[in-house]
Amino acid sequence: MLIEVLFYVFGTILVAAALGVIVSRNPVYSALSLVLCFVTSAAIWLLVEAEFLAVVLVLVYVGAVMVLFLFVVMMLDVNLEQLREGFTRFAWLGWLTALAVIVEIVGVVWARGGLGIDASKGGSALPADYSNTLELGRVMYTKYVYPFELAAVLLLVAIVAAIALTMRKRPGHKVQDISKQVAVNARDRVRIVKMESEKRS
Amino acid sequence: MLQTLSTAWFSLPDYGRATVWILVITVALIISVALLTLVERKVIGWMQLRRGPNRVTIFGLFPGLGQPFADVVKLLMKEVIIPARANKFLFRLAPMITLIPAFAAWAVIPLSPEVVVSKADAGLLYLLSLTSMGVYGVIIAGWATNSKYAFLGAMRSAAQMVAYEIAMGFALVGVLMATRSMNLGTIVLSQSGGIGAWNWFWLFPLFVVYFISGVAETNRAPFDVAEGESEIVAGFHVEYSGMAFALFFLAEYANMILIAALTAVFFFGGWLSPFQGYPVIGDTFLGAPSFLWLGIKISVGLFMFLWFRATFPRYRYDQIMRLGWKALIPVTLVWIGVEMVLSVYKIGPWSH
Repeated sequence: MLIEVLFYVFGTILVAAALGVIVSRNPVYSALSLVLCFVTSAAIWLLVEAEFLAVVLVLVYVGAVMVLFLFVVMMLDVNLEQLREGFTRFAWLGWLTALAVIVEIVGVVWARGGLGIDASKGGSALPADYSNTLELGRVMYTKYVYPFELAAVLLLVAIVAAIALTMRKRPGHKVQDISKQVAVNARDRVRIVKMESEKRS
Repeated sequence: MLQTLSTAWFSLPDYGRATVWILVITVALIISVALLTLVERKVIGWMQLRRGPNRVTIFGLFPGLGQPFADVVKLLMKEVIIPARANKFLFRLAPMITLIPAFAAWAVIPLSPEVVVSKADAGLLYLLSLTSMGVYGVIIAGWATNSKYAFLGAMRSAAQMVAYEIAMGFALVGVLMATRSMNLGTIVLSQSGGIGAWNWFWLFPLFVVYFISGVAETNRAPFDVAEGESEIVAGFHVEYSGMAFALFFLAEYANMILIAALTAVFFFGGWLSPFQGYPVIGDTFLGAPSFLWLGIKISVGLFMFLWFRATFPRYRYDQIMRLGWKALIPVTLVWIGVEMVLSVYKIGPWSH
């Protein structure tokens, strides 16, 4: 009972925040609504006892990705009125994407029997000593070890690519040379000029 | 009397007991913060051959002890000024966002063998995610103030916190490898066996990295460029006054206590006694695990924070970034490799 009430409370907040992402005029408010979305989704995951996933969602998306995102959004001086001109031109694309996502969700949950989950009943309570973290780790490092390692390599390639793109030689690119900075002498930078004191006239 | 109290205590449902502990921990934390501000001023005063606060007394006793409480009253009486062109909603929200993670993190910290609010299995991850949420308060405060200085401070502090979080996370991966658990209670228990069995010995580089990152995460000297008063006035909280400023202050000191407590839990055996298993002294109350030991370890950690502040000059900003990315992260990576070798040959914490 309590779980259902909590679910609907968090669900309402999640939908409201998701609407806020696309409706609000200020891009900073959009980014903050997205943060709220992630936090409430994590809360909903906690309700189905997926504590590891919930905490990792907050850790990765709220703690790292959105901080950098917010950083960028705050520094940009976005003129939303200009951006909104001709916004409805791509409405059909948006509707198409939304439809595709809905079809996929329905396909998984309903048409394919929902991965063995009976959607009409909701999750059953797990035993008290059940540890989501332990179970996930066990599966990830035994059954799915190759996909897991492949994903890791893929991410590494992405990191290398991102660094290579920003560090390439380009005009006006300034880099500190630390050893030069450390090796510098006061004598090279400051010249002390001797001057005879002048007689009082 | 005592018996009725204890029966009443054990007849409470689980969530009732948890609520009582949450209240007790929160109040204790706020009082600790008040006392810590006094201790800080006193300790730094002594280190710089001054006296520190010594005017406000409580009933004419303990010169200086009344100072933090007088400060609280002063801050409460002051007007909270909101700049005319600030974003009023976010300006008011920011101090709360800073404060909540600083207090919520205490939910998973084992204070003594019996006292812990939540024995979450992913406790370590929960802590990491909460400490990373603290940065939002700073960014939002800096942006909502609508001032260049505040925004510069917010950007500095956000970049710094994101950088040092990575070093911190890697240091905790090392702890995870040695203790084989993310549950903080289990992490403490796996270090049992006296002072030599604690993690600090086999994970010494990780302890150093963790503590330095902790100082940087809390924006304390020598990494306090986020508020560098000589360059950007006071950073993200320039325009905050009165109680709104006090909330930032409270969060900073609560985070300091948190980092000290976590260092104790991860590297110094939490509530375990250093004399555990020693021939004679181990059989007395000194050998028993209790909150006493955690309290002593937290106090030593906090003293280190104050000591750093009194002795080190402030880092330059690019040097902070270089230290985080090019010194601390490689050290943790190398030590994780060393741990792999140790665990293959079953040395140290891997021997049993």
